[in-house]
Amino acid sequence: MFLSERRRGQLAALSIAAVVIIVGVPLWWRTTETYRAWLPVSQIKELAKLQLQLSADVEVVFARGTVTPEQQKKVPLTQTQEEERAIDGDLIILFLILLIRNTKLESKFFSCHVLFLPEDTALRYSTQADLYLLAFQDVNVYIGQRRTALLRIGPQMRVGKTLEQLLAHLEPRIKQVLQVMSFSHNDITAALSDRVRFSPDNKESIADSMRAFKSSPGYEITFSLLNPDPKSHRLHWDIEGAVQTYIQPLLTKLSPVANFSIDSQTLYYTMLGVNPRFDTSRSAYTLNADSLAHVINPVEARLGSNAASSNPVLNFLLYVPDAQHSPLYIQGRKKQEVPSNAFHSPRWGGIMVYNVNGFYGSEPEFPVDINIDMAKVMGVFLAQLRLLLGVQSSTPPPGFLVARCGSTGLADWELDRLMWSRSVENVATATTTITSLAQLLDQIGNIVINDNIAQQVSSAVTSLQLAVAELEAGNLGFALQYSKEAILASEKAFFDPSLLHLLYFPDDQKFAIYIPLFLPMCVPILLSLLKIVSEARQRRREKQAKKD
Amino acid sequence: HYAAAQKQAEPAVLQPTPQPKDDFQEELVVRPLHSGDIYASFQFRTLWETDFMRGNKVSHYRLFPKSLGQVISKFSVRELHISFTQGYWRTMQWGQPYLPSPPGAELWVWFQDSVTDVDATWKELTNVLSGIFCASLNFIDSTNTVQPSASFKPLGIGNVTDHRFLRYATLPREIVCTENLTPWKKLLPCGSKAGLAVLLKSEKLFHSSFHSQAVHIRPVCQDWQCKTTSWELRQTLNVVFDLHNSGQGKREWSLFKMFSRTLTEACPLASSSKIYIDITDNPEQFELSPATSLLSQAMVLGDRRTFSVYDLTQQDTFGSVRSLNLLIRWKSTEGDMLRPLLHAERYVAGYGLQTGEIHTLMYNHHPYRSFPVLLLDSVPWYLRLYIHTLTVTSKGKDNKPSYIHYQPSKDRVRPHLLEMLVQLPPNSVTEVTVQFERALLKWTEYTPDPNHGFYVGSSVISSLVPSTVAMDTNSTRERPLFSSFFPCKEESSYFVRVYTEPLLVNLPTPDFSMPYNVICLTCTVVAVGYGSLYNLLTRSFQIEEPSPGLAKRIANVIRKMRGVPPL
Repeated sequence: MFLSERRRGQLAALSIAAVVIIVGVPLWWRTTETYRAWLPVSQIKELAKLQLQLSADVEVVFARGTVTPEQQKKVPLTQTQEEERAIDGDLIILFLILLIRNTKLESKFFSCHVLFLPEDTALRYSTQADLYLLAFQDVNVYIGQRRTALLRIGPQMRVGKTLEQLLAHLEPRIKQVLQVMSFSHNDITAALSDRVRFSPDNKESIADSMRAFKSSPGYEITFSLLNPDPKSHRLHWDIEGAVQTYIQPLLTKLSPVANFSIDSQTLYYTMLGVNPRFDTSRSAYTLNADSLAHVINPVEARLGSNAASSNPVLNFLLYVPDAQHSPLYIQGRKKQEVPSNAFHSPRWGGIMVYNVNGFYGSEPEFPVDINIDMAKVMGVFLAQLRLLLGVQSSTPPPGFLVARCGSTGLADWELDRLMWSRSVENVATATTTITSLAQLLDQIGNIVINDNIAQQVSSAVTSLQLAVAELEAGNLGFALQYSKEAILASEKAFFDPSLLHLLYFPDDQKFAIYIPLFLPMCVPILLSLLKIVSEARQRRREKQAKKD
Repeated sequence: HYAAAQKQAEPAVLQPTPQPKDDFQEELVVRPLHSGDIYASFQFRTLWETDFMRGNKVSHYRLFPKSLGQVISKFSVRELHISFTQGYWRTMQWGQPYLPSPPGAELWVWFQDSVTDVDATWKELTNVLSGIFCASLNFIDSTNTVQPSASFKPLGIGNVTDHRFLRYATLPREIVCTENLTPWKKLLPCGSKAGLAVLLKSEKLFHSSFHSQAVHIRPVCQDWQCKTTSWELRQTLNVVFDLHNSGQGKREWSLFKMFSRTLTEACPLASSSKIYIDITDNPEQFELSPATSLLSQAMVLGDRRTFSVYDLTQQDTFGSVRSLNLLIRWKSTEGDMLRPLLHAERYVAGYGLQTGEIHTLMYNHHPYRSFPVLLLDSVPWYLRLYIHTLTVTSKGKDNKPSYIHYQPSKDRVRPHLLEMLVQLPPNSVTEVTVQFERALLKWTEYTPDPNHGFYVGSSVISSLVPSTVAMDTNSTRERPLFSSFFPCKEESSYFVRVYTEPLLVNLPTPDFSMPYNVICLTCTVVAVGYGSLYNLLTRSFQIEEPSPGLAKRIANVIRKMRGVPPL
C-alpha cells in the first residue's frame, strides 16, 4: 500500500511532464511561431557572386581590295574572344567578344569595315546609311553615328602579308573600337559603383562615375528660369518650343532606357547662396569655382519637390542675374573664364548664368522685355543632360575620329552603351537588394515573411536570371527590361511594410509575458523529475549494496 | 537652306512678346471690428488660361505653382479647397468672416468624373498634400472622410454634382503653425519678398486670436461666353489681432503694429495690388491716415460696405517716404455691430462615460424672415449616434426637417454622416439634439494623450441668408424709387457657411499597463490552480500515528523513571 501510493505519485508527475512536453510545448511553439515563407536562398547566394557575361557581336567586313579572294574564303566564320575582368574580388566579369567574319550574316550589333587605303588620300565611303570621310592621315579609325566603324590599315599590312598576320594586326584595334563603342573597364566600374570600393588613388574616375544619375525607371526633368529681379527684367522664354526642338528628340531616342517627363517653371526673387565678387579688371561680377557648391542650397528650397512621382528630378536652372549684379561670370579653378558660363552638379542638375545686360540699350527703361535665346541655352543644357544621364563620351584613343552626333544628339552606339551600363547597374543593384534582404531575414528570426514577399523575391530572382542570360546572349533590350523588373520587384520586397510588424518585439518583453506562466509550472515538474531520478539512483545503489 | 536659316534666326530677334496667359492679383482687406480687434484678410489670386485635363500636357508653369499644377493633373482634381485654422471665429463678436473655415484642417475635393477609384485617389492626394503643406493630412482616412450630398456644391464651373466624386474631411485636432505658413507662402509668385506678402511674418501672424490660411483651386470661365475655362488659384489668409494681447489695449492700429512691417512696393508680377479698409462706420468711429480719396462700394455678405482703397501699383500711394504705414485710430468705443443673421453653437451634454447628447443650436436673428439651412454633421464612429433620438425643435415646437440624409457609421471604417435641411423660423433658436453612446476602443486605437479627449469636427451650416440690405427700408434714398420696389434677386440673399465649435469628448480610457497586468494575474491564477492540482496528484499520502498529548508524554516520562511500562 505504501509503495504503490508513492509509485502513483511518481507516475502522475511523469505523465504531467509527458503531457507538457508532448502537447504543451508543440502547441506553444506552433501558436507563437512567426510565419516565414520559403525563399530561394541558394539561388540568391548564386546570384550574389554576380558573374556577368557581357557579349557583343562584331561583324568584320573586308572592303574590296583589302584581302585577296582566296584569303576571303579562308576567313573563319566566327571567332570568340574572351576577356576576363575581376572587379573588387568576388565579382567576375567576362567579356565575351564574338567576331563574326561574314558579310552575309545579318549583323546584330557592330560592324567593322576594314579598308585598305593609301596613307595620304582622303576617302569617301558610303554605305546605305552613313557617309564616312577619312580625310586625315592620322585618323585610323572612324566611328559612325550608327553602329558602324571604319578601320584603315596601312599599305605595310597590305603587301605580302598572310591572313593570320592581318587578323593578328586587326585584333587589338577591334578591341579598342569595342571599348569605345560598347563598354570599357571604367564604364563597368561606374555601373558597379555601389558594390565596388574605390581605391583612393583614382579620384578622377570616382568623380566621373558619380556624375550620372543612378539608374531609375523614370526621370523628371525640370527647367527653371530664375528671375531674381522681376522689377528690372521681364523675361520671356519659349521653353515649350525649345523642349520640342532640342530636348524631345534626345528623349525619344532614350525612351527604351527610361521614361522622361519634362516640365518648366519660372521662379522670382530667387537668390544664389553666395554673393558674387566684383572684378574691377573685367568690370564684371564673378563666381568662383570653389563657391559654386554653396549656390544651390537656397535655390533648391524654392524649386519644390515633385509632388506627382517619386522619380529622381534633374534640375536645369537658367539664372538671369539682377541688374545690379550683372554681368556675372563663372570663374574656373585656374581663374579662367568658363565659356558656357554654366556648371553642373553631379546627380542634381545644371545651372547656367545668362547675362542680359547686352539687351539694355543705351537708356534702359525698366522693366526691360527680354527674349531669351533658347538655342544657346539649350545647347548647354543638352550637353549637361547627356552628362547627367551617363551618355558620356570618353575621350577616344589617338587615331580615332568619332562622328558628330546628329539631330537626335545621340548616336546609336551611345544608346547601346547606356543600355549596357544601365542593365549592369540594375542587375548589380537588384542583386545587392535581394542579397541584403535575404541576409537580413536570415539574421533576424522575428520577421514575418508573407507569401507576397516570397513571391516578389522569387520574381526578382527570376528576372535577374533572365536579365543575366539576355546580357550573355547580347539582347540588350530584353536585358534592360528584365533588369528593370528585377529592381522593381526587389525594392517592393525590401520596403514592404509587413516586414516591420514584429521587428521591434524585443525578447525581454516576451520573457516578461512567459515567465509568470512558465516558472510556476515548470519548477514543480522539474523538481519532481529530479526527485524521481535521484530516488531511482538511490534504489539502484541499494540494490547493488544488497548484491555485494 | 536660306529659308531654314531665316527660320533659325527669327525666334531670337523678331519674335513678338507673347501675351502672358496668366494673371496675378493681390489684395488686403482690413476691417476694424467693434470689439476693438482688427481683422485682416489677404487674398492672392492666380488665374491661368489652361486646361489641365487635356492629356496631362500642361507642364510649363509661370505664375501658377508647379507643385499644385502637378497635383491637379495627376489626380484629376476638379476643385480643391483646403484650409488650416488656428483659433475659433467668434461670429457674435466679429460678424461674418469673408471666408469661413473650421478650427483645424479642412479639405474638400471634387474629382473629375473620369476618376475610377475615387477613394484610392483621395488617399494618395491627401498624402501628397500633407507633404506639400507640411501638415498631418495623411491622417485623413476612411474613418473621417464623408461624401456630403448637398452641403458642398462645386464653386467653379461644371455641372457634375454627383457626390460620388466629392470627398470631405476635417482634422479638428490639427495645430497650425509656422511650418504650414512657409510652404503656403512659397506658392506665391513673389514669395514673401515683395508685395503684400511682405507683411506675412509668422511671429506676428501667430500671435493673434484667429489665424486661418487656405488654398482654393477651381475652374472658372475665361470670358463671359464661357467657351474655355481658366484655373483659379486663390490663396487666402485671415487673421484677427487682439485688442488686449497685441494692441496693448490701445485702440490704434497700424500696419507696422500689426505686422511689424510696412509696405514699399507691389509685387511686380501682380496686375492689381490693393488694400481695402472697411470704413462703413467712418467718420464717427475711427480715422485713417494717410487719407485716400479712392472709395469703393461693394455688397459684402448682404451688407453694403464702403471701402477706402489704396492702390499699391501707383507710386504716389507710398508718398514721399516711399513706404506705406496705414494708421487706424478709434475715436470712440461706441456704436453697435449689426448682429449676424445666422449663428450656431454646439456642445455635449450628459454625464458619465457611457452616454451623452450632442446639442446644436442655430440662431436666426432675422426679425421677420425665415430661411432654410443645411446642417452637416460628421461624427466619428466611436460616438454611436442613436438616430431615433434625433429631435429638432424651434420655439418649443417640433420642427420637421424637409430633407434628411443619414449614413450610419461602420466601426473602424466610416463615420456617421447626418445632413438635413431645416427651416429656421424668424428670430428663433433651433435646437438639434441627438443622443450617443461612447464605444470602447481597442487599446492601440487610443491617441497618445487619451485623457485629453477626442475631437469631433465642427458642424457645417450652409445657407442662403436674406440680405440685410433688403431689410433696410431706408435704402430707397440712395437709389431711384422706381428701382427699389421689388427686391433685386442678387441682393436679396447671400450665401453663408457657418462652422460650429469642434467638440471635445472624453471616452472611457483604460489603464494602459492593463494587458501586462492581465497576463500576470491570469498566469498567477493558473499557476496556483495548477500547483495545488499537481501537489494533489503527485504527493504520496501515508497514515501517521497521532503523537501523544503533552500530559501523556509527561506521564510516560514519570512511568519510565518508575520503571512501569508506558501508557
